Amino acid sequence: MASLSSPLRVCRGILKELRASMGTSYKQSLAYNYTLDQFRKNKVTGERYCRAQREAEHDSHTYLCLLTATRHHLALHQLYHGKGERSIEQSADMVGLRLPTQPGGKGWEK
Amino acid sequence: MLRSLVRLQSHVRKPLSKVCPGSQPPLYSTAASGTSERRKFYQDVSISQGEGGVFEINLDRRKLKTPGGKLFTVPNEALAIAVATEWDAQRDTLKFYSMHLTTLCNTALDNPTQRNKDQMISAALKFLETDTVCYRVDEPHALVELQKNEWDPVLHWIENRYNVTIGSSSNILGPEIPEQTKDTVRQHLKSYNFWSLTGLEYVITQLKSVVLSLAMIDTHLSVEQAVLLSRLEEEYQIQSWGNVEWAHDYDTYELRARTAAGVLFVHLSSESSTVKRKLMQD
Repeated sequence: MASLSSPLRVCRGILKELRASMGTSYKQSLAYNYTLDQFRKNKVTGERYCRAQREAEHDSHTYLCLLTATRHHLALHQLYHGKGERSIEQSADMVGLRLPTQPGGKGWEK
Repeated sequence: MLRSLVRLQSHVRKPLSKVCPGSQPPLYSTAASGTSERRKFYQDVSISQGEGGVFEINLDRRKLKTPGGKLFTVPNEALAIAVATEWDAQRDTLKFYSMHLTTLCNTALDNPTQRNKDQMISAALKFLETDTVCYRVDEPHALVELQKNEWDPVLHWIENRYNVTIGSSSNILGPEIPEQTKDTVRQHLKSYNFWSLTGLEYVITQLKSVVLSLAMIDTHLSVEQAVLLSRLEEEYQIQSWGNVEWAHDYDTYELRARTAAGVLFVHLSSESSTVKRKLMQD
């Protein structure tokens, strides 16, 4: 099971996610600058198998996964579970009843 | 067979692309709901370095504190930036259930269950006895094959990597883990510091598997792969019976987010990076 994202794709993915979650000011955010910085720093390495580079790549994949999954999770939550509770009027309406009204108030309201 | 599972997953993810969070006007009043969400009370999020080289998060002018009242400190900059990003990504209301890294840091700092390293290691080892990857079914046959093809390679890998024996069994009691395996794993777990161990235990609890967690920490598996392997039976049933977005996808994304946060937490808490500049030789 090989992972198919090159570092460039992962970097672009992370920046896209940051833009999606933060809006237009994402370029000034800490994460934006840090991500670009890290990707630039880790580009050049002389060794053929660099454990630190492999771990850094894994971390970048993990962070991308975190951002994407959080966004999707919130979207699904908003879509399916975000409605909150019904008000008392709506609940009564569902079974065909109406709430009692007392013109003039109940006496203890100011 | 796994590729068709992955293809099926990516196929049903299409409806989400049309949804942007916040575009739905609330039909019912959320003020009447039982869970009162806190409004976002700050504009800017920044980090600063405190005493002892630890990093703190600032919301506007105020320093972030843990639920236990302590000052929220993080040992390294990368984790601080990630936590700050979580807070920065909140709109209108604070959704704490989506801020996984913050929650992990709070747990590590407050230690609400008052546990030390050894207790956490013992808890993790207990999970090994009923590890998902070792617990096999007898039927249906297709699922048995799937489990063998997907889980056996990971088992072999971890057995080679740590020089241990972990069998798999379809017995209701689970596999017999020899004492030597437990000792080896215990020694390995002892090498992690308290923060990393908090993260690792979190991941193990989410995935219900020590093997998959260790494979991820050692960068053998990606988060998506590990989550898929952890939910193998569910994915198999989804392929037979169909996908329900508001349950299956919801669970998958939540599990991925939590696992990714845990793995990142472990890596960031246990690493120390230095930049060495080598002269270019041409």
